[in-house]
Amino acid sequence: MSAAPAPTGNGAEAAAIAEDSPAPRRGGLARLVGLFNANWTSWAGLAMLVVIVLMAIFAPLLAPYDPLDQSILNRLKPPSADFLMGTDAFGRDVLSRVLYGARISLIVAIAAIGLAMVAGGTIGLVSGYVGGRFDVAMMQAMDVLMSFPSLILGLVIVALLGPELRNLIVAISLTAVPPFARIARAPTLAVKERAFVEAGRALGFSHARIIFVHILPNVMSEVVVMGTLWLATAVRVEASLSFIGLGVKPPTPTWGGMMRDAFENILDAPWIAIYPGLAILALVFALNLLGDGLRDATDPKLRGE
Amino acid sequence: MIRFILRRLLAAAPTLLAVLTVVFLIVRVIPGDPALVILGDQATPEAINALRARLGLDRPLHEQYVSFLLTALSGDLGQSMVSGKPVIEELVAVLPHTIDLTLASLLLGVVLGVPCGIWAALHRNRFIDYAVRIVSLLGLSFPVFVSGIFLLIAFALTWRLFPVIGTADLNDWGDRLHKLVLPTIALGSVMAAYIARVTRSSMLQSLSEDYIRTARAKGVPWRVVVWRHGLRNALLPVVTVVGLYLGILIGNSVLTEIVFNRPGLGRVVVAALTQRDYTMLQGLLVIYCFLIVVVNLLTDLAYGFIDPRVKHG
Amino acid sequence: MAEAPVLAVRNLRKHFVQRKGFPNPVTVTVRAVDDISFAIRPGEAFGLVGESGCGKSTAARALLRLIEPDAGSVTYRGEDVLAARGGALKLLRRKLQIVFQDPYSSLNPRRTIAQTLVEPMQVHGLARGADALARARALLDEVGLPAAALDRYPHEFSGGQRQRIGIARALAVEPELIIADEPVSALDVSIQAQVLMLLKDLQARRHLAFLFVSHDLGVVRWFCQRVAVMYLGRIVEEGPVEDVLHEPLHPYARVLRDASPVPDPALRAALPRIEGEIPSAANPPAGCHFHPRCPRALPACRESFPATTEPAPGRRVACHLYPAEDRASVR
Repeated sequence: MSAAPAPTGNGAEAAAIAEDSPAPRRGGLARLVGLFNANWTSWAGLAMLVVIVLMAIFAPLLAPYDPLDQSILNRLKPPSADFLMGTDAFGRDVLSRVLYGARISLIVAIAAIGLAMVAGGTIGLVSGYVGGRFDVAMMQAMDVLMSFPSLILGLVIVALLGPELRNLIVAISLTAVPPFARIARAPTLAVKERAFVEAGRALGFSHARIIFVHILPNVMSEVVVMGTLWLATAVRVEASLSFIGLGVKPPTPTWGGMMRDAFENILDAPWIAIYPGLAILALVFALNLLGDGLRDATDPKLRGE
Repeated sequence: MIRFILRRLLAAAPTLLAVLTVVFLIVRVIPGDPALVILGDQATPEAINALRARLGLDRPLHEQYVSFLLTALSGDLGQSMVSGKPVIEELVAVLPHTIDLTLASLLLGVVLGVPCGIWAALHRNRFIDYAVRIVSLLGLSFPVFVSGIFLLIAFALTWRLFPVIGTADLNDWGDRLHKLVLPTIALGSVMAAYIARVTRSSMLQSLSEDYIRTARAKGVPWRVVVWRHGLRNALLPVVTVVGLYLGILIGNSVLTEIVFNRPGLGRVVVAALTQRDYTMLQGLLVIYCFLIVVVNLLTDLAYGFIDPRVKHG
Repeated sequence: MAEAPVLAVRNLRKHFVQRKGFPNPVTVTVRAVDDISFAIRPGEAFGLVGESGCGKSTAARALLRLIEPDAGSVTYRGEDVLAARGGALKLLRRKLQIVFQDPYSSLNPRRTIAQTLVEPMQVHGLARGADALARARALLDEVGLPAAALDRYPHEFSGGQRQRIGIARALAVEPELIIADEPVSALDVSIQAQVLMLLKDLQARRHLAFLFVSHDLGVVRWFCQRVAVMYLGRIVEEGPVEDVLHEPLHPYARVLRDASPVPDPALRAALPRIEGEIPSAANPPAGCHFHPRCPRALPACRESFPATTEPAPGRRVACHLYPAEDRASVR
C-alpha cells in the first residue's frame, strides 16, 4: 500500500501534512489473509469443506447407485468392488447414501445458521445500539433461551412441530440465536460510542442507516467467524436429531438417520454405521478447522503473538 | 458466604421464573391437543373432553399458568399423562444414572484436558502443541453418538472388554462403574477436548503477563513460576468453561444414553416426546433448567475459591 | 449588533441521574449543564471555554440533540430545534453541523472518504452519482486534500488530515453553523495552527458561524469574536473576547486567564494562584459554585447563586461582586 496522497495547497502546509503521515499500513483484508495463510490447518479445513460441498452438489453424477433403490439380493453386503462402502439392511448402497446425505446436512446447517445470524445479529445490534432497559430485557430473554440445553430445546421444538426440514431449520436456528445476539452486541456497545456514530446522527442519518450501514460492517467479522464455528455445531445437532429419529423423514438419506438404521445391525454390519459417522466427523472437523483459523486471524488478542 | 449464595439465588429467581414461563408456553402454544394425542383419533368427543377436564386443559390459560407455577415451586411437577405416576418420582428414579455419567465425564475431562492444555502451552508451536490442538479439535468434532457407536464397535464388539448396554444396579458399585466406562469415554473425551483448548489458551495468556516476567527476572525457578503463578491464574477461564459446557454435557447425555441403552433423563425426554406426555416434558425441562442454574451458581462459588479477589461480601 | 442571532440558546439544562449501589441505591444528579443561555450571530465565532468537566461539550451535544436536553429552548433562526421532529429536524441537522475532537474515532474505518462525503449529500437529497462525487472532490480541495483521497480509507491518513476530512463531511450538507468541539486539541501543535487557519478561512469564505468549544484560551482568543466562560455547568461570564480575556470581571475568568500561558512576558506578573480542588458537578457547593476557590468571596456567595447582570454593554457576568444596580462601578 502506498503512502498518503501528495497534498495540494501551499508548500508549508503540504510539507507538514506529509510529515504528519503515519507509516504505511496493510489493510484489514490483506492482514486477515496473511494471518489465515500462516495457519495451514485452516487451509486444510477449507479444502475438506470444498470437497464435501462438491460431493453434495454433484452427488447425482458421483453416486454409483440410486440412494433409494432397495435390493433384497444385496442386503447387508460388506464393502467390496461393487459396493465400496457396502450396503444397508434394505440393500441400498451406503456410498450413494453418504453422498446424498451431505446435502441435508449442509442445507440444514447453512439455512439454520444463516437465519440465526440474521436474527441474532439484528437483535444484538439493535439491543446494543438502543441500550437501556430494552437492552437489559433483550439480554435477559437471551439468557433464558440459553439456559435450555440446546440439544434438548431443539429436540422439544422438532418433536412438537413435527420432524420436517423447515421445522428442523427453525429449531436449530432458534438455539443459535442467543450466541449471535451476544457476539454482535459486544462490539456494537463499543462502536456506538465512537464519534462517527454521533456524526451520523448529527448529519440526520436514520437509526436504521446508522445501525446497518455504519455499525454492522464493524461487527461483521466477529459474526462471520462465529458463524463458521456454529455451522459445525449445527451439523452436529442435525445429525444428532436425525439419530434420535427427529430428522428429515426416511427414506431421504441423512447421515444421522443412517446411523440410526445401522444401529439395529451393528453386530453384523458395522460398516453401515462407520461410513456416515466418518462423513459427519469430516464435515464437522473441516468447519471447526476453518472457524478456528478464522478466529485466530481476527482475534486481536492473538494477533500480537 | 451464605449471604453471597442467597444473593446469587435471588438473582437467579427471575431467570427461573422466566424459564418456567417459557416451558409453560412451549408446551401449551405448540399445536396438537394432548388429549387427542393420548387417546388417539378413534376417541369419542366425550372421552376427550373428560380427559381435558382431568388434565385441567379446559381452564383458561392464565389459570393453568398460575397453578402450574404454584405446583412447580412446591416441587410438585404433576403426574405423568401416560403412567399416572408423579413426574418427580419418575425423574428422581433415573437422575442418579444421569448424574453418574455427567460427573464421571467431567472428571475425565478435567483429568485429561487440563494437563494436555498445560503441556501444549509450555511447548508452544512445537509438535506437541500442534498435536494437542488438532486432536482436541477432532475430539470436539465428534457428535457423541458417533464416538459412542465407534467405541461400541471397537471395544464391546471387537475386543469384548466392556458391556455394551445395560441398566446398572445402583447398589452394586462395581457394576455401576463397569457400565460407566464406555459412556464416560464417549462423553468425557468431548469435555476433555474443550477443556484442553481453553486451558492452553488461558495458560498462554497468563504466561505472557508482566508478573510472570517479573518472577522470572527475580530468579524464581521456571517450575515454580508455572505452577504457582501461571496455572492459578489460568484456571479461572477453565472453571467458566466447565460451567458453560456442563449444559452441553447434560444435553449430550441424551445421545449417550440412547447409544448405550442407559436409563436417564435423556431417555425419559425422548419417551415423553414420542408419547406426547406433556406434564412429563414440562417437568423435565424444569429439571434441566434448574440443573443449569445450580451449575452456574457452583461456578460462581468455585471462582471465589480460586481467585481471592472475588469477595463473597 | 442588531442582526438577529442564527442560534439562540435559552436556559438549556441537562442533568444526568445515576442510581448507584445495592441494595440501597443512592441517586446522584450530575448537573452537567445548568440553565445556560447565549446567542450566536451569523458569521460569528462564539467561544465556549472552561476546564474539562465543566459541561461545555455536553452543552454542545445537547443543543444539537445528540443527547436530549432536559429543559430550555434552542432556536435556529426562530425555529424551535428541541421540538422539531422528522423532516423538520432533518432540515435543521443540515444547517447545524459538528466537528469532533478525536479525528480517529470520528471517521468510520470501514468506509472510504468518498462514501463518507457522498452519503450525507444523498441522505439530504443534495446530489447523487457523478454530481455528488464532483462535489466531494471540490470539498476535499477546499479543505486542502487531493482528489486521490476519495478512494482511500481513514487509516491511511494522519490525524490532521482526518480532521480535514471531518470538516469536509460537515461542509457536505452546507451548514450555516458549525459546532467545533475541541477541534484541534487532539492534534500536534504544528498541525493545530494549520487546521485553525483552515477553519478561519472557511468562516470567511462561507460566512459560517461557529460555536467553538475549547479549553485553550489562546486558541479561543485567536479564533473567536465573543466568548462565554463556563464553570460547573453554568456560564459565569460572557462578552467580547478581547474584553473578557484581557480584563475579566468574574474571579473565575480571571483565574482561568492567569493560568493560561500568555505570549507577552511583560504581563506575567505575580498572579493569584487558583486554590482548592475543582468540586464535582455531582455535588456542587451551595450558592455560587466557585466560592470555595474564590479569592474575593463575599458572605452572599455562600447563600445564593448570583443573578446574571450586564455591568457594561455587551458584557454579562454572574457574580455577587457586580450587583445589578451598580453598573457604573466597573469602569
